[in-house]
Amino acid sequence: MRQVTPPPVRPRDPAPSRVAYRMHRLWLTPMFRKMLRVGLPFLICFAATLWFLQSEQRRAAIVATYEDTRRAIEQRPEFMVNLMSVEGASPDLAGDIHTLVPVDFPISSFDMDLPAIRALIETLDPVAAAHLHIRPGGVLQVRIEERQAIVVWRSPTGLLSLDETGHPIHTLTLRTDRADLPLIAGDGADDAVPEALALIAAAEPLADRMRGLRRKGARRWDIALDRGQLIQLPETDPVPVLERLIALDKAQDMLARDITHIDLRNPRRPTLRLAGTAVEAMRRIKSIEAGEPQE
Amino acid sequence: MTDLYLAQRTMRRMRKQAMDRGVIAILDVGSSKIACLVLRFDGPSRFAESDGIGSLAGQSRFRVIGAATTRSRGVAFGEIETMQETERAIRTAVQAAQKMANVRVDHVIASFAGARPRSYGLDGRVPLDDTVVSEQEVARVLAACDVPDYGVEREVLHAQPVNFAIDHRSGLGDPRGQMGNELAADMHMLTIDRDAVQNLAYCIKRCDLELAGLASSAYVSGMSALVEDEQELGGACIDLGGGASGLSIFIKKHMIYADSVRIGGDHVTQDISKGLQVPLALAERIKTFYGGVVATGMDDREMIEIGGDTGDWHHDRRTVSRAELIGIMRPRVEEIFEEVRLRLDAAGFDHLPAQQIVLTGGASQIPGLDGLASKILGQQVRLGRPLRVQGLPQAATGPAFAGAVGLCLFAAHPQDEWWDFDIPADRYPARSLKRVLSWVRENW
Repeated sequence: MRQVTPPPVRPRDPAPSRVAYRMHRLWLTPMFRKMLRVGLPFLICFAATLWFLQSEQRRAAIVATYEDTRRAIEQRPEFMVNLMSVEGASPDLAGDIHTLVPVDFPISSFDMDLPAIRALIETLDPVAAAHLHIRPGGVLQVRIEERQAIVVWRSPTGLLSLDETGHPIHTLTLRTDRADLPLIAGDGADDAVPEALALIAAAEPLADRMRGLRRKGARRWDIALDRGQLIQLPETDPVPVLERLIALDKAQDMLARDITHIDLRNPRRPTLRLAGTAVEAMRRIKSIEAGEPQE
Repeated sequence: MTDLYLAQRTMRRMRKQAMDRGVIAILDVGSSKIACLVLRFDGPSRFAESDGIGSLAGQSRFRVIGAATTRSRGVAFGEIETMQETERAIRTAVQAAQKMANVRVDHVIASFAGARPRSYGLDGRVPLDDTVVSEQEVARVLAACDVPDYGVEREVLHAQPVNFAIDHRSGLGDPRGQMGNELAADMHMLTIDRDAVQNLAYCIKRCDLELAGLASSAYVSGMSALVEDEQELGGACIDLGGGASGLSIFIKKHMIYADSVRIGGDHVTQDISKGLQVPLALAERIKTFYGGVVATGMDDREMIEIGGDTGDWHHDRRTVSRAELIGIMRPRVEEIFEEVRLRLDAAGFDHLPAQQIVLTGGASQIPGLDGLASKILGQQVRLGRPLRVQGLPQAATGPAFAGAVGLCLFAAHPQDEWWDFDIPADRYPARSLKRVLSWVRENW
């Protein structure tokens, strides 16, 4: 006898409702899933942050905390600068720099504006260039390239020492303070310092007689010698003219004579001006030569 | 004609979209079950199709990633009779398949067995303007086929060119590029009831799905159950379904005839239920466990306890011999085959070179069915199971899924239909811009 087992109870196979069906399809939409998995958390975080930052108090607290932390880090001893050392400057200049730099040590290196300090130091006349850097150990090292005084200029306002570019370095009260330096004078002499230096070098044979150089009309040089002698040089190319004069002097010992002015302003027509007694003596000699009766 | 063109072209466009997106669902709406498979297309074939057919008969292009079956509700004779019920059943199947595939599908290709399919053979011939056959000429000859008056309540489901002839050379598969003076075409057209299609389209639309194609289940069963030489040399596929039995005849790899018999396995169950006075569910169970169509002496002695739980002792202790059960089932199965035989005869099946008959569908699993069928239909009968496709679950490989699997093949390798060709220029409305464009294209 074959048994027929009663038909098994079919597993429930209910149709999904339209809403459930649509939700399921929506959930299977890749865009929707991505939005839900990435977009929604992002949105929530964003909204929470916005809400948190809405209060003025919290914002201020955050800013204060940030500032405090920043300050605490900046104030660590590793970043503090305790002293300034100046190298390559004369003691006077170093003192000037120390008084000039408006920094009260100790200070954090974050608070120091090195370019500004450098610019400030470079405003000092004797300073050609300044190099600043902060050495480990909290030392602000200032390396100075000082200007070297080359000439003394008797300017309309007073005595000044100049470097080779004509930049003023110091004010002098007495010429004898820097008696080792040649003297130049006249308006605009500081603009022509290189030319003056060339002339001084060329006038080396006359060095013991030379009193100084004078700029005339801010365009040409006069060389003043002792005994009131004056060599008037041309505007252009004065050095070869001067060399020619020196050669003449060597040959004929010209400058030793009683001449007050040697006018070389036109190099092709040099002119001499004799002193008063010399003129008389010369006239007498001429008259003797001419056979005129002598009184 | 233009309406039909538009509707079918829209569906074809949908199918292209779905292919581009890579996911498409197929839906076999049957009378006893609704099956939904989700296919994933891996883009163009990984294997060069230099030899015409790729590996695995070109099926390596797609993979089944979701499969679900649900008990059919509201479908009788392969047609929808209760739309809300059917819609719910479709929703169940689609949701379960989507869940398994874990992907959302928007496009669905559907097939159904009923709706009274009717086949027409059409032919047309046109003289060739220039001696070479171009795509436009093919479109013209298809448009030149004289369409019979198939009735206002009918709709064309398939219209496939099955044969081309140039002058006196017939049997051409693809005439393009060949030379001749006259091009002739034979076309197979399948029409169905418009209401049935509209009901199905409405149900699918209610499920938020786009209909990307429609196919007759007899046709797609034939595609999956017939092997290649049966399709080539001539064969018939009989899809014994629950409410209707589809029948399709193939030759030269084209369907040339399709029809359906409105009797199926459910009627056998009903007969058992009525004959043995048992509930339908129990009758179905008795049929699947002990059913058969050929009685032997052994079956007289094999008693089946059919029982019941009425409380009446005599009623609940009833037994029936298996021979009696077979006696109930056999006439109905014979009736189905007689009907099929009539249809085959009407279609001229006995003129085909090979007359292989393949039985498939859920009801083909009755033991001894092939013996009975060979008595009625002819000697060359075999039981067919659908082709194996990649990723199909084991539960869905039986003959009951011939339609669903065939629909997969249909989706992957659609047969060229009439509407896949451009409308010839002279069929456009007189003042259409398209007509001008088309004329320009043709003449320059």
